[in-house]
Amino acid sequence: MQDAEARSPGRIARLRAGNDVLDSFLSTPRVVIAAAVALLMILTAVLAPLIAPHDPFDMAAISLLDSELPPAFLEGGDARFLLGTDSQGRDVFSAILHGLRISLMVGVVAVLLSMALGVTVGLVSGYFGGFVDSVLMRLADVILSFPTILIALLVNGILRGVLPSTQATATAVLVLVLSIAVNEWVQYARTVRGSTMVEKGKEYVKAARLTGLPPRTILRRHVLPNILSPVLVLATINLALAILTEATLSFLGVGMPPTQPSLGTLINTGNEFLFSGIWWVVVFPALTLVVLVLSVNIVGDWLRDALNPHLR
Amino acid sequence: MIFLLRRLAQGALVMLVVALVAFLMFRFMGDPVRGMLREDATLQEQQELRDRLGLDRPLVVQFAKFVGGALQGEFGVSWRNQQPVMELILDRLPATIELVVVAMIIALLLGVPLGVWSALNRHRPQASLLQTVSLIGISTPTFVTGILLILVFAVILGWLPSFGRGETVEIGFWRTGYLTASGWKALILPACTLALYQLALFMRLVRAEMLDVMRQDFVRFARARGLPTRLVRFRHALRNALMPLVTIAGMQVGSLIAFAIVTETVFQWPGMGFLFLQAVQFVDIPVMAAYLVFIGFIFVVLNIAVDVLYTLIDPRLRTGGAGAGR
Repeated sequence: MQDAEARSPGRIARLRAGNDVLDSFLSTPRVVIAAAVALLMILTAVLAPLIAPHDPFDMAAISLLDSELPPAFLEGGDARFLLGTDSQGRDVFSAILHGLRISLMVGVVAVLLSMALGVTVGLVSGYFGGFVDSVLMRLADVILSFPTILIALLVNGILRGVLPSTQATATAVLVLVLSIAVNEWVQYARTVRGSTMVEKGKEYVKAARLTGLPPRTILRRHVLPNILSPVLVLATINLALAILTEATLSFLGVGMPPTQPSLGTLINTGNEFLFSGIWWVVVFPALTLVVLVLSVNIVGDWLRDALNPHLR
Repeated sequence: MIFLLRRLAQGALVMLVVALVAFLMFRFMGDPVRGMLREDATLQEQQELRDRLGLDRPLVVQFAKFVGGALQGEFGVSWRNQQPVMELILDRLPATIELVVVAMIIALLLGVPLGVWSALNRHRPQASLLQTVSLIGISTPTFVTGILLILVFAVILGWLPSFGRGETVEIGFWRTGYLTASGWKALILPACTLALYQLALFMRLVRAEMLDVMRQDFVRFARARGLPTRLVRFRHALRNALMPLVTIAGMQVGSLIAFAIVTETVFQWPGMGFLFLQAVQFVDIPVMAAYLVFIGFIFVVLNIAVDVLYTLIDPRLRTGGAGAGR
């Protein structure tokens, strides 16, 4: 039995494809480095409270005497503060680690939400077609024709008008996640709709339908597993986009509050001190953000090419 | 002709949807009456305004009135500073347009030649370096670019101003910064900031298109016919490679206006984007609604213009190309 399965053409093809993907991964050093950097950053973000040398939110541990110290490797730096301190005496390195954590968390939650929403809409739209399909796709067209940041700001403004107490962290995260997800579900929905329409006509779906399975089961158990790879590519690329959008909104002052800063908030607060010469409070969070987005983008680009050979 | 009419009808439909969203925002986000009157207004004053605005009439009638007003540029009064919204927007419009125009010119003038060059010399190390740099350009958020440019050119070197428009000259209703030296100096940093992302995008697009076109049969034939390389590259290949650029560049003018929200905030550039951001921060609904309709209108017009232009350049789309816009 095991033997038969091992020899089935599908499995061999899958193994070979897996090998190809692995080969192409290892033969592009740029991608390996990017993936390593991205993983490292995710790991640091998860472990931030354990790794960070200081707690940037513990008021008792912060001393104004330590404020505006330059990075440790520069003249006048203090070995306790690797990347210097801000105007309140907070350790910039620790603040970045915690900011990275918040940025990634918002990004991941936004991607998961828009993926769940988009995939569901795409499956339903593609499988049933008809009126629902055309309404949903026109809506998608309208959203796609406006820039992300505009729609995100608009939704953000509306939500902030509707929801009470936008200063609360949970509300801020919710507003951010929704502002991003409103944009991003569309891409999943379109991709999944297209593939679902293709899969719908195939034998195995027809067979499943003949055995009397309800549409929900057919979609979840049979169609979904076959259309996942473009969804994963989109998810990677959209993670970079989500992190960027979050950072932009926070920078514009309509994202995470200064009490729970993401990387964008850190850059925003640091920006106010740009002219007083303490450049490190801006430059290091900004670099962290760019490196994070860049490495996720490189991995995403490569993944897209590797999983769709004809696009290369 | 039918194609044009169809596109116009589509555009009108999109505008109607946008207007509906703006109307619903205006009507249901908070109480419009509370937003427009002083804090201590009496109940009677509130009722009078309610009557005047027609807030007790059926929603369809109200929406029709809203659209009617919008067509005449009437969007009510800003809740924050009590000025007519349209006046505010028109006052800020020139600043944004001038910024976007210069940014677009920078992006095209640098992006297209760089893209062509790196496609023709793709095996040189400089070309792959350019690719990497452009990837960094795409991954760097606008506000980070702006801050870094301010840090280098305004804080450290002190060459250029970091905020405002410099001196402006008023010509009719249009306040321009193009006519003064300080206006140009103030424009450099924000325009470069806004242009950088587009520049990287255009470069990557032109490179990809050019590589694609160079592989096609008609280029091989042209070469086989013994035409000079220059002619093949620039008359045959480039012309075809630039075609998608028309669409993308047209659409990007719209996103530049939207991206300007961020750039204008970084540089405190007194444009529409800055106005919109302040409206979002203070939940000033009339301004948000009007900006939405205004931007929606610009987008629809641009979309139609691009589609029409595209059919004019590409003869293949002229017959039966009604769906070409998508």
